[in-house]
Amino acid sequence: MRHIAVTVNGTRHEADVEPRTLLVYFLRENLGLTGTNVGCDTSTCGACTVLVGGKSVKSCTMLAVQADGEEITTIEGMAQDGELHPLQKAFHEHHGLQCGYCTPGMIMASDSLIREASGPLTEPEVRIGLEGNLCRCTGYHNIVKAVLAASEEMRAGSANR
Amino acid sequence: MAVAERYVGTAVPRKEDPELITGQARFVDDLTTPGMVWMAVVRSPYAHARIRSIDTSAAKSLPGVTGAFTAADLSDDWAGPLPFVWPITEDIKIPVHWPLTGDVARFQGDGVAVVIADTRAHAKDAAEAVHVDYEPLPVNLDLEAGMADGATVIHEDLGTNTVVHWSHGGAGDQGIFDSAPVVVKERYHQPRLIPNAMEPRGCLAMPIPAQGEFTLWTATQIPHVARVTLSGVAGIPESKLRIIAPDVGGGFGSKLNIYAEEALALILAKKLSLPIKWTEERSENYLATIHGRGVIHDVELAGDENGKILGIRVKEIADMGAYYQLLTPGIPELGGWVYMGPYDMQAYWYEFSGVVTNATPTDAYRGAGRPEATYVLERAVDAYARKVGKDPAEVRRTSLVPPFDEPRTAISGLSVDSGNYEAGFARALEMAGYDELRGEQAARRERGDVKQLGIGLSSYIEMCGLAPSQILGALRYAAGGWDACVVQCLPTGKVVLKIGTSPHGQGHVTTWAQIAADTLGVTPDDVEVLHGDTAIAPLGMDTYGSRSVSVGATALYMALEKIKEKARKIAAHELEVSEDDLEFDGGTFQVKGAPDRAKTIPELAFSAWHAHGLPADTEPNLEATAVWDPPNFTWPAGTHVCLAEVDTETGAVELLKYVAVDDCGTVINPMIVDGQVHGGIAQGIAEAMYEEAMYDENGQLLTSSMTNYEVPAASDLPSFTLDRTVTPSTTNPLGVKGIGEAGTIASPPAVVNAVVDALSHLGVTDVRRPVSPENVWRAIQQAKGGGGK
Repeated sequence: MRHIAVTVNGTRHEADVEPRTLLVYFLRENLGLTGTNVGCDTSTCGACTVLVGGKSVKSCTMLAVQADGEEITTIEGMAQDGELHPLQKAFHEHHGLQCGYCTPGMIMASDSLIREASGPLTEPEVRIGLEGNLCRCTGYHNIVKAVLAASEEMRAGSANR
Repeated sequence: MAVAERYVGTAVPRKEDPELITGQARFVDDLTTPGMVWMAVVRSPYAHARIRSIDTSAAKSLPGVTGAFTAADLSDDWAGPLPFVWPITEDIKIPVHWPLTGDVARFQGDGVAVVIADTRAHAKDAAEAVHVDYEPLPVNLDLEAGMADGATVIHEDLGTNTVVHWSHGGAGDQGIFDSAPVVVKERYHQPRLIPNAMEPRGCLAMPIPAQGEFTLWTATQIPHVARVTLSGVAGIPESKLRIIAPDVGGGFGSKLNIYAEEALALILAKKLSLPIKWTEERSENYLATIHGRGVIHDVELAGDENGKILGIRVKEIADMGAYYQLLTPGIPELGGWVYMGPYDMQAYWYEFSGVVTNATPTDAYRGAGRPEATYVLERAVDAYARKVGKDPAEVRRTSLVPPFDEPRTAISGLSVDSGNYEAGFARALEMAGYDELRGEQAARRERGDVKQLGIGLSSYIEMCGLAPSQILGALRYAAGGWDACVVQCLPTGKVVLKIGTSPHGQGHVTTWAQIAADTLGVTPDDVEVLHGDTAIAPLGMDTYGSRSVSVGATALYMALEKIKEKARKIAAHELEVSEDDLEFDGGTFQVKGAPDRAKTIPELAFSAWHAHGLPADTEPNLEATAVWDPPNFTWPAGTHVCLAEVDTETGAVELLKYVAVDDCGTVINPMIVDGQVHGGIAQGIAEAMYEEAMYDENGQLLTSSMTNYEVPAASDLPSFTLDRTVTPSTTNPLGVKGIGEAGTIASPPAVVNAVVDALSHLGVTDVRRPVSPENVWRAIQQAKGGGGK
């Protein structure tokens, strides 16, 4: 067992974990944060995407011990003070989800994509930027629309601050 | 009085979303219960092997392990084999399929033992410690080799691998296939596909041992079918078994099944008196969850010299896999009724042989038989157009059935509810700019560009709304095709619907709430839709075959009619008028000519609840149940146009434009309908361009994870341009037809026709699926006479 301390969605947690424990199972089974899903076990589908230090990471290919000392954000931490994150709103308004299994990972990956972009995103940039996140329901058509809309809103929001 | 807002036909945002976008959804793997232990399945690494012995002693001695069990250990615990419910012919041969195999493993992934441990990781450790001594046997995955004399017989007791032969029996003048001026003969392969619902399967079986009661949470499309069938496998009275499908992360047919793991979890929960959880890994999903397609067709399409199609004759060989799952041989049969497509034909023939192979069982995958049929027909139509030297659009236009709004009997013998194929066809070509595209194509050919353009058409019809129970009976399917709904108008003005459909992404909660809100004069937010739990909504036949709106929502409509009838009686009593003096609109009864004298449904629900002064012979409470058994199938239709750019040097294909005009009858929520079309098209493009389950000669699945089976990403797909025509169904009072499968049925031939069209001037007439750069390049080389094999 190894002792780790992580801050998840603003709350500090300390735990003893088996060295082989994946970050995603630490989040899901130790902390009960089941919003982050497991889809493929091979770091292909992106359903398990979370933010580690603000950057999107596929939590099925990171060990919990590697996250020691990190700040982590999961889908449960995206809405602030009862207000949905612009990406959450956009996915809802543009019908960017059907079964919803890929959605938490899609939203986390999109958040990092938008924040790391130098300017407003284009459709090709969204499609290429999200190629590590798979969806089987939507054909991506409305996901792309949602991310473009959220990108605009997030840029306008940060310009106003 | 204000007329209530109408919701049917509008893009009401989904009621399902809030929990899904915040991480509060509850998928099966999210669930846990005190005392829960984990199950892992030991699977054969061989595609065909005799099991000499299994040693579980090392596994049992590992930390946290409760037990390890083989088929021999559990043979007194299961009450029957896994269910197969569609014995399509009298003489069909049925391989017995136990939850674990005891003598012979027949595909890579066949379960041979199961372990139970305290954690997910310990269960996996224990599964790896089970030692199985295998004697490898000859493997066969080739359909025609498996049918030949002297082939290794995979189920020795059946004496053959050709386990079923089904013939439609034909219709019209079969002589046409000899006498018609033009007959094209083609052979098409449609490889195996892996469904890839994003949520893998999983289940949690919780017993209350003292009561003999069991609850099974399972990632399924069919909780009601599961209850009936699993009670028989696990030996649990149906009345003591509750099945819950919580949030389910996609299905596409792969969860329209009853799997060994669900049975094992129940059997072991009973045997050990412990809650048992199992979650599938993706690599396990690729082996142990059904595959789709895996078929070879020989087709003959007859026509005249002017581009009028006269008839179709099809002989199919279908890969059953190592066993039947729930419906396996029924899938090609389902397609066997739609090979005429939207065309007016004079002759029809269809037959298929089902062959057992050493591979994962096949079963329903989005479209189930109808994509296979549509692919064969639409590819053959293009081949015919090339042969008679006509534009493929002209051949289709010449051959479409003219519009009809009363049921019409198709050449295959089924009654088609309504159709206006010409309108959708014309609209699709107009939106695509078909004539301009042909001009651009000709210019590129003239210039000899490296990148050539191809235009692919696909016109389809599909039989949906499964299904009239009588017809299902005639087809030897074990169950009926009805569905059921309970509507409860609560005294506080809120409404609860309990319905037998079981969604996994389709937006039923929103759609059903829209229908109820309009009739009852409330908002969709006032309507709570409960489903997917056999204790809450015990009557139902679940979700598959684009049936939920045309069967389930029609049951809802019928229950709402009963609510109106009862409410009218109470309103007349309270307003002291006769029922005939009342007008009903938007949930309100008002006295004709006296608009201030009115009662709303919520007011009447309160009256019915307190029951202080109900009319004679009226039961308290405003609620109703309806069960709807459809009198016919529903028949969506449409035309898709795909524009592909093909690099003649590298074989790379890029889709430049994709236009779809579909007709699913009345639309309840256009946003949700469009979403279904988007996803369906994407899955069909995936089938045409990217996906194939590939095995080596030893039966090892080479595409064994998402890293080497290419589920397309956003960067692999175009945006889609959609429109609709609306031809209401005559099968149900809502006029709805269903839209879940249309995109997947229409798009594979549109894509492949486009690719072949781009290369037809080079002599290419076929490209092996998927139309990957490699397969396209090989087709070009072959046409040039350079081999390319």
